[in-house]
Amino acid sequence: MGFLDIDNVTKSYGAVEVLHRVDISVEEGEFLVLVGPSGCGKSTLLNMIAGLEGITSGEIKIRDRVVNGVHPSKRNIAMVFQSYALYPNMTVGQNITFGLEMHGTPKPERERKMKEVAELLQIENLLARKPGQLSGGQRQRVAMGRALVRNPDVFLFDEPLSNLDAKLRVDMRTEIKKLHQKLGTTIVYVTHDQIEAMTLSTRIAVMYDGYVQQLGTPKEIYDSPANLFVATFMGSPAMNVLPARLVEQNGALHAVITDHAGHDLALRIENAPAAYASYKDMPVHLGIRPEAITDPEGADRNARNVQALPNMVTVTEPAGSDTFVTMTVSGKDCIARMRADADVHPGHVFDFAVNMDKAVLFDPKTEDRIA
Amino acid sequence: MAATDGFAGSGADFRTRLQNWLPKIVLAPSFAIMVIFVYGFIAFTIYLSFTDSRMLPSFGWVGWDNYDRLFRIREWNVAIKNLAIFASLYIVISTIIGLLLAIFLDQKIRGEGVLRPIFLYPMALSFIVTGTAWKWFLDPGIGIENTMHLWGFENFSFDWIKDREMAIYTVVIAAVWQSSGFVMAMFLAGLRGIDNEILKAAQMDGASNFQLYRRIILPQLRPAFLSAFVILSHLAIKSYDLVIALTGGGPGNATALPATFMYSYTFTRNQMGIGASSAVIMLMTIAAIMIPYLYAELKEKK
Amino acid sequence: MAAASTENAVRSSNAARVFVYLFLLLFALFYLLPFLIMLLNSLKPLEEITGGGMIALPRQWTIEPWLSAWSTAQIGVQPTGLRPYFMNSIMMAVPAVVMSTVVGALNGYVLTKWRFRGDTLIFGLLLFSCFIPFQIVLIPMARILGILQIAGTTPGLILVHFVYGIGFTTLYFRNYYAAFPTELVRAAQIDGAGFFQIFWRIMLPSSGPIIAVSFIWQFTNIWNDFLFGASFASGDAAPMTVALNNLVNSSTGVREYNVHFAGAIMAAAPTLLVYIVAGRYFVRGLMAGSVKG
Repeated sequence: MGFLDIDNVTKSYGAVEVLHRVDISVEEGEFLVLVGPSGCGKSTLLNMIAGLEGITSGEIKIRDRVVNGVHPSKRNIAMVFQSYALYPNMTVGQNITFGLEMHGTPKPERERKMKEVAELLQIENLLARKPGQLSGGQRQRVAMGRALVRNPDVFLFDEPLSNLDAKLRVDMRTEIKKLHQKLGTTIVYVTHDQIEAMTLSTRIAVMYDGYVQQLGTPKEIYDSPANLFVATFMGSPAMNVLPARLVEQNGALHAVITDHAGHDLALRIENAPAAYASYKDMPVHLGIRPEAITDPEGADRNARNVQALPNMVTVTEPAGSDTFVTMTVSGKDCIARMRADADVHPGHVFDFAVNMDKAVLFDPKTEDRIA
Repeated sequence: MAATDGFAGSGADFRTRLQNWLPKIVLAPSFAIMVIFVYGFIAFTIYLSFTDSRMLPSFGWVGWDNYDRLFRIREWNVAIKNLAIFASLYIVISTIIGLLLAIFLDQKIRGEGVLRPIFLYPMALSFIVTGTAWKWFLDPGIGIENTMHLWGFENFSFDWIKDREMAIYTVVIAAVWQSSGFVMAMFLAGLRGIDNEILKAAQMDGASNFQLYRRIILPQLRPAFLSAFVILSHLAIKSYDLVIALTGGGPGNATALPATFMYSYTFTRNQMGIGASSAVIMLMTIAAIMIPYLYAELKEKK
Repeated sequence: MAAASTENAVRSSNAARVFVYLFLLLFALFYLLPFLIMLLNSLKPLEEITGGGMIALPRQWTIEPWLSAWSTAQIGVQPTGLRPYFMNSIMMAVPAVVMSTVVGALNGYVLTKWRFRGDTLIFGLLLFSCFIPFQIVLIPMARILGILQIAGTTPGLILVHFVYGIGFTTLYFRNYYAAFPTELVRAAQIDGAGFFQIFWRIMLPSSGPIIAVSFIWQFTNIWNDFLFGASFASGDAAPMTVALNNLVNSSTGVREYNVHFAGAIMAAAPTLLVYIVAGRYFVRGLMAGSVKG
């Protein structure tokens, strides 16, 4: 029993099921992020928690109370919308206290709570203004204030940062995380931005096509993606997925790939999970994150199994802190993340170091991770 | 997207269920009014058109008799012919004038803010006022013809309004005067909606002004053309007030239109069955134009 | 509509510009002259019109035709002038405009923010009702008004205009509210506001422009209506347009053109005034009725 239980929930529009059997149990104080591309069902799920959309089957429970059919205002939740949804005709103060007013809270108490929240979010000086006179970041704060003042059991965030410019987005991200640490509230947060998901969450549900593809901590999701979708969706640049063949040489499993010239190259796998054995002499997808392919000097010192991969550099993209290098492996573009001052040049062959500790294998048919 | 799609379910509390029903309850009176006063009335009129109603509705079924007789009444055929002349000229001339005014106004004209309201104000007037005004200008004894005579153009003659053959064209003049400014406004809105960068690109491609309009701008005004056509044709078919005020349907019945025909057969000649059948024909004509248009408009929105 | 979008894009030569200005001025004259002539001739004694042509300025300015049209001219059989009919039109238009706007606003709110299965069909049916030729409802309407005992009265006309105005007002508010962010309604729901609270506290305060459009469009349409007025409100209850037509076409005595013109301007004055004061909203109403956004 969690604090917020999503129990076998489905959603259909007519005959079309858009959300299939979702089961998530959220503990008190957790920060759950629902992440996925648009149309994956994450916003639908959030709206179902909020009570803005009906539940076709299954149950949603908040604090062990089934809330199916309960009006949104009676679920003790608050929501921050993508567009902030500030009432344009009311002042900031009125926006913040509107919910309290609707719930019949006496005016002195409304004023007191508004002051508290305004102080917490540092928007005291904006209380008399209308939303139209605020900047994007200020609106964002007011929207959070409106949610906070209700002191709800669960906060719902629907892509709250996607309307902000890049710099402000990062600042507000930190702000939200600080707020969560300070208040310890339970949060369900929808985003399509995997960096937001990684940085903010205590747990992530990666969604695609109406299914929860994987539910886990950011580290689990990143290091042990359940399938190819999760592997390529999370992380930027995306994980390299290279066609390979699994063979046994000298008593150890090797993933065989080809280099730029088409020559075979075997990368030794250590501590292979038992499941790998059944893929011997079969094609697999080798998944390696860009930061696991680097220059020998920049390789992770704690890595036990670093293998050499001499290959020709096609493109270099200096990004300031790092330099991204593109090469061709097994006929596909493969990106490596190098130190900024790595000495690489297009057209030259370079000895890349591959940290095979971080490599994962996927079944090419089911696209699930082999484990 | 709806704000909610309902929280229907066994667990729904009373207030939630009430909230689910309120929108429908609020819409219900309008729906009832529409069903009775629009579609019920249409059904009733259609029914009457198959009966022997004279001065009062009566329910003796006569089949297609009224339609049969309707198309053998000379005045109805005059009305149909007049409508064809009136509608086609009204639509074509209003569209041309409206389009030219819009294009010219869109040339960064000084005083556009003064000109635009002048072109458009007749649309705010009643057709009765328009008819009253034009009736006297077109009256040869006192209007333009008389004025020209006083100015010394003794041979000037402009007596269409008294001429059975030409009178219908005076209705066109007055109607164009009233509505062409409106068409202008529609086209102007269309022109202002065209992406300026497309025009710049076309000029880079070496298009002359004429080519620019013919090849780039006019094709993009298609929705405005369509709207203008639909609105003007439906106004034309409904035209009643203007003819009453301008010519009273005369001389004789030379400027009768279906709308005036319907009124006079139903309410003054006590031929309600025939009047109803003429109204049905009018409705069908408008429906043939409006329904595909509205259907397309509503479908696009979904 | 204010900013010229084709700025810098379409250039034309000087000769062409002269032609453009001439063309526009010519048409400005075409649209203005009839009204100016009416105005001039309404300020002349009758002999000047019959004897001196219409275009000339009055030699002797007089407001006599206006006074006559307003309070003493023969309308039908009574020498009452247009005043009582002007009042009829006001008494008819104001309630009908208010009622149809209120209902249209609620309909638009429901049809955009509380959508349900079949709502597009209902809207389509309402929309089509804007465009029916009213001849198709004249006969049954006359019967219903008779049954309700309001045939030939102003309340009867109010009902008629209210009923057939709902389609347009619903169209306006629906298109306007369709662009109104639905998230605001959702936020208000989570805040605990009910159906009417959301309408009253969130939607209406932002509906100023569309209320203006609806008021103006409805007022213009209802004031200018002739068909319903002539069909359902003869005699004392006739609206201004019907009375004006009676004045102009009364066959008794000399045709007092100057009085007719004064009467026509009186009949035009309220809608013209609305147009001059709030032309922007008038144009928006016209456009909304034509290009269903």
